[in-house]
Amino acid sequence: MSETSQNEYKAESPALEAWRMFRRNIPALVGVVMLTVIVGATLWGTLVYTGDPFEIVWAPHEPPGVTPEFPLGTDYLGRNLVAGLLTGGGPTLAVGLAAAAITMVIGISLGALAGYYGGWVDNLLMRVTEFFQVLPALLFAMVLVTLFSPSLLTIAMAIGVVSWPQTARLTRAEFLRIRELEYVTAARAIGARNGRIIWKVILPNALPPLIVSATLTIGVAILFEAGLSFLGLGDPNVMSWGLMIGANREYILDAWWPVTFPGLAIFFTVFAVSLIGDGLNDAFNPKLRER
Amino acid sequence: MNATYLSKRLFYGLLLMLGVVVLNFLLIRLAPGDPAVVIAGEMGGATEEMLESIREDYGLNKPVLTQLWIYVSSVARFDLGESFFFNQPVTHLIAQRIGPTILLVITAQILSIVLGVFLGVIAARKPNGVMSAFVAVFATIGYAVPVFWTGIMLIILFASVLPIFPVEGMLSVKLRDANIFVQALDVAHHLVLPAFTLAIIYLAQYARLSRASMLEVLGSDYIRTARAKGASEGSVLFKHALRNAALPILTVAGLQFGNLISGALLVETVFNWPGMGRLAFDSILRRDYPTIMGVLFFASFMVVVANILTDLSYRLADPRLRGR
Repeated sequence: MSETSQNEYKAESPALEAWRMFRRNIPALVGVVMLTVIVGATLWGTLVYTGDPFEIVWAPHEPPGVTPEFPLGTDYLGRNLVAGLLTGGGPTLAVGLAAAAITMVIGISLGALAGYYGGWVDNLLMRVTEFFQVLPALLFAMVLVTLFSPSLLTIAMAIGVVSWPQTARLTRAEFLRIRELEYVTAARAIGARNGRIIWKVILPNALPPLIVSATLTIGVAILFEAGLSFLGLGDPNVMSWGLMIGANREYILDAWWPVTFPGLAIFFTVFAVSLIGDGLNDAFNPKLRER
Repeated sequence: MNATYLSKRLFYGLLLMLGVVVLNFLLIRLAPGDPAVVIAGEMGGATEEMLESIREDYGLNKPVLTQLWIYVSSVARFDLGESFFFNQPVTHLIAQRIGPTILLVITAQILSIVLGVFLGVIAARKPNGVMSAFVAVFATIGYAVPVFWTGIMLIILFASVLPIFPVEGMLSVKLRDANIFVQALDVAHHLVLPAFTLAIIYLAQYARLSRASMLEVLGSDYIRTARAKGASEGSVLFKHALRNAALPILTVAGLQFGNLISGALLVETVFNWPGMGRLAFDSILRRDYPTIMGVLFFASFMVVVANILTDLSYRLADPRLRGR
């Protein structure tokens, strides 16, 4: 595929090399396609689609495939499931992304400080991290959301606040390893300040595992949001996939479809995200490809 | 394993629990509104006398540090306050519910570790074989399925298509007066679906992890030696290799425990399992904060205990750690 022969070796940036690996990974590409379709449909459902997912449009529990206007049927109130799926993805994906971003910001900041400075800073921050790992995440998030009344923002923050410890540990481990390397010593020798070494020298080199972890965190955050909405702790005025499952839970023995389709939507989204995450992981660690 | 290590570990666990108590205290105060109203909960509309008695009990008219002291010392006496919705002390409520949760979580944990490790070991024999591919696919699917949805799908399957397992509750009503043995069998029967639902996610992860861990170990010299001296394949895999591959599995098992409790919360809600998760769900719907905080306290307590046990089992599994 490559035109360069062995004698005229051309240097390639690690990012480009990773991209070449990723491009050849079929499951990861399948993940990209799946996610593109889901995000596309969700964007279309949020920005273009005008149907109201809360509106009662037909008889309740219309099975899928019977009435052409409602290809996936209706729920226990007679609401259009296609409308729910199209509009319910937006909040789920937005909260998942925002929560993952919050998780990464908290986790990377604390992990970087702990790993770089070591000593008492590390000790203190790691004790805090352990403390947060003792609290069962979903329960703690439920408490936070209930105390501060559910909205998309509080849900994203609650998920972020309970999920950062793993990211912090990973970042710390990377920083502990990299801070001993020669180029860090070199940066220090030319008089770079701590802040510069942390953000400009070490962090970029610690990115590969963090990117993989960020991808997987998005998947976890989506599942988390779905769980909270399922329990009825989401924003009650916003349709989401988890809410659809929770609302129709009482009637599953009368109608399987109102809970099955939103569940499949969540599953395929997280599945796509995790295929991409695994692909990135393999792309960044060529050694792991043997396993 | 020496006593100093154990006492250090216990002391540290105690500190973590103190942290949880302080966090509970802060959460109630940070919530918008009058803490007395927050504690009384929003159901039923608390009367002025009720609020006054709450202020008295929690010392809400005193300085914050005194309030904290009152709260911490009452928790130390195992007094987590009164649930105004259930009209019972929170510790009573939790005492009724903690057993079923422990039963569910431990069963799921054992199920996922035993089956997961077994799958992983089998897969590791042929790194590019069918089993390996199956474990990889299964792990990715297990990671992506919402646990509450798996539960609902199983309920639909086992309630209408294949009614061989009960899909709700822990004990059949008609067996209330039966003898213990019959009841235990019935509970086990009810436990199948919830435990399996909860185990699936972690089963997949253990399978993937133990496969990777085994592959690392199987390349070692002592495995070649074991094979050379004529040990059977089963003995090589499960005795020589698995013992050395067990440490990462143990570590993850310990770290997973908190997530397992989170998962149990959803599974209990789906299957109407009468445990702490169900209690948390009911009390959150009613904004019954003393109960919610009590569940948070005891759930964290279970995680701390599990962590200590993991640490100790670590030392049993790896003699090299014992001297430290």
